[in-house]
Amino acid sequence: MAQTIPLSTLGVGCKARLHSYPAAGAAFLRLREMGMIPGTLLTLVRTAPMGDPLEIEVRGYRLTLRRSEAEAIAVEPSPQ
Amino acid sequence: MSSPQPSSFSSPTPPSLPTAARAPVYALVGNPNCGKSTLFNALTGLKQKVGNYPGVTVEKKVGTAYSQHGHAMQVIDLPGAYSLAARSPDEAVTRDVLLGRRMDTAQPDRILCIVDSTNLERNLYLVHQILDLGRPVILVLNMMDLATSVGLRIRVARLEKELGIPVIPCEAAHGKGLIELKLAMSRTDLPLPRHRWDIPGPIAPAVSELQASLVESDRKAPLSARAEALLLLTDQDSVRVAGSTPLSERTTEILRGWQKRWQEQGMDWAATLVASRYDAISRLCAELVERDSGMRDGISQSDRIDGVVTHPVWGWLVLGGIMALLFLSIFTLAEYPMNWIDDHIASLSDFVKGSMPAGDLRDLITDGAIAGVGGVVIFLPQIMILFFFIGMLESTGYMARAAFIMDRLMSRVGLNGKSFIPLLSSYACAIPGIMATRTIEDSKDRLVTILVAPLMSCSARLPVYLLMIAALVPGEQVPVTTKVGLMLLMYALGTGGAFGFAWLFKRTLLKGEPPLMIMELPPYRLPKVRDVFLQMIERGGLFLRRAGTIILGISIVLWFLSTYPKAPEGATAQEQMAGSFAGRAGHLLEPVIKPLGFDWQIGIGLIASFAAREVFVATMGVVFNAQAEDDEDTAPLREALAGARWPDGSVLFTPLVCLSLMVFYVFAMQCISTIAIVRRETNSWRWPLFQIGYMTGTAWICSLLLYQVGTLLGY
Repeated sequence: MAQTIPLSTLGVGCKARLHSYPAAGAAFLRLREMGMIPGTLLTLVRTAPMGDPLEIEVRGYRLTLRRSEAEAIAVEPSPQ
Repeated sequence: MSSPQPSSFSSPTPPSLPTAARAPVYALVGNPNCGKSTLFNALTGLKQKVGNYPGVTVEKKVGTAYSQHGHAMQVIDLPGAYSLAARSPDEAVTRDVLLGRRMDTAQPDRILCIVDSTNLERNLYLVHQILDLGRPVILVLNMMDLATSVGLRIRVARLEKELGIPVIPCEAAHGKGLIELKLAMSRTDLPLPRHRWDIPGPIAPAVSELQASLVESDRKAPLSARAEALLLLTDQDSVRVAGSTPLSERTTEILRGWQKRWQEQGMDWAATLVASRYDAISRLCAELVERDSGMRDGISQSDRIDGVVTHPVWGWLVLGGIMALLFLSIFTLAEYPMNWIDDHIASLSDFVKGSMPAGDLRDLITDGAIAGVGGVVIFLPQIMILFFFIGMLESTGYMARAAFIMDRLMSRVGLNGKSFIPLLSSYACAIPGIMATRTIEDSKDRLVTILVAPLMSCSARLPVYLLMIAALVPGEQVPVTTKVGLMLLMYALGTGGAFGFAWLFKRTLLKGEPPLMIMELPPYRLPKVRDVFLQMIERGGLFLRRAGTIILGISIVLWFLSTYPKAPEGATAQEQMAGSFAGRAGHLLEPVIKPLGFDWQIGIGLIASFAAREVFVATMGVVFNAQAEDDEDTAPLREALAGARWPDGSVLFTPLVCLSLMVFYVFAMQCISTIAIVRRETNSWRWPLFQIGYMTGTAWICSLLLYQVGTLLGY
């Protein structure tokens, strides 16, 4: 199995496959329904001017996410 | 809010066959940013009724569309939602209307689902949930032109076959596909969706058991019971969201039993269900959507714009520039219609004065009713311009970027980026600012934003600041630097107060989970000016209706207080004011405000300001008997103020008193229009009363400190 890292440490412009995140918490329930489920491919597009929040591309659309939530999301970085 | 609903059991006709006597009712649903409002406007034109769902501040829009044969069809525009498992009051309304849980809205006969074709996978998630509802559905593939331009080809016929429902490609913004859509909508024989997806094995028995219990114990319609059962399993919160019907004990027990069993097995049932829906959707999309891979990889137009707009340096400049433009247009453009309204109110008042015999009734109409309504209408141009700007920023997609950029700063006080625009708008007027808080999903964040918004110095405080600055600095000419410096100080004080209180409220009164910043960043699009105009007119009308009635009432009360009891014949306006109830109230108030450096005459101004802050200037004119003669010039009034004395002969308006008064106006809640709007937006008197208390209390304490410390220091 590939090594996982927190989404918050993924480099800008890098792609990764979603591995897991906590089963509880309003943020993660919503993310799940917006299509971020284990196995989904995502790209960290950019960060806001002050480094937080993050902009992520998932299933062809863009989503913002705070760094604090991204820390709890484990991803497997895809080879570039 | 709603109660168990007997619904479709007793319904004499199946949902797919609305009776000839009644126009079919369509619910229009879709994700945010998919062009839903554009389609609604295109279908119904100006035949719309906008109101509120009782008990919640969610806009209810109902319109009438006409088929090609002229038959009327009712369309309910439901709030945008990503899922039926509601996370916000908006989404809860969408869910409850679709499930027939709301008493105030009939369950729609048919459902019109609109999706953004460029973003099919995520949009289909909601559609997938809706297909389970057991109602006829028409699927509208909107923005087909954009999908083609990014290299997507969607096999419409195949999708129709897979789902068993009519699928209509459409470009709502250009009116394309509307005829086909109306033809489908007027069909009498709309089929029920055929699409069946496989509920994961371990969960399927739970769904059937819950479904049976929902039908028997909760009197749910058999067709929608499956959808309800699935919803119970995917969304632990849905049971508790306001407006939903409590479940029967039996169903709750079954639900708990299954959840316990799964927990022991270590299974995340909700995640499994969501994943299996997305699996089904992915499989569907793989067959239906062809991607022109060559066109996908290039940097999109939106990305190029975002490269500048969210740039660490340019981003701030763009944001600052847009905000500067916004305020410039509010203060310059709004002036013309405001003067026009002012003139017309004055001439209407003169007309009444000329055509009615002198007396109390005439004064009631001119000084009470016309002046009161005029005081509301005068703000309309500013409010409309703000709504127009907010609408344009939303329509182009910039609003989401502003929230994205500002989130970090807003998070320092415990809010999120979405509070930024409402707070900023409040510099012009708190009313559109408070109405703009509807985009904030979290109810506590929204409430905090509403509570602090009136602390941002609005344009109605400007005349008071200007008068006090003029009175503060002796001599004919006030140096520009002093003027600007003091003005900036007042704005900074208000802004600091707003953020400070937001921080405090988030830590004490409205403690909640740290706010989320999960927000879609839609691609930039050309603004839909027609939709923006429609929304601006709707909101303006809403403001007039909501605030108008309360303000009219209070204006009449204030008129009464300053008119009665009548002074003896031949008394001046000044003597009349002094002897009136308002004057007496001023005297009564004096012990409370004397520590701030104010006398009873200023007290009258404070009371009158309750109608609107700028009334202070006119009241001071009456109290100190300065006739400014409808002039912008504050010079005569300034001289009158300079001559005002305490009974012991000391100067009333010392520089310290002027400052103390300005600080009082920075913090005090003195605007009935805002109170009326807060009452409507929070659905109770509790919050507006709290707001009056905390703001006016802060104002009193700050002015007290300033005046007392200033006096001690010998100013």
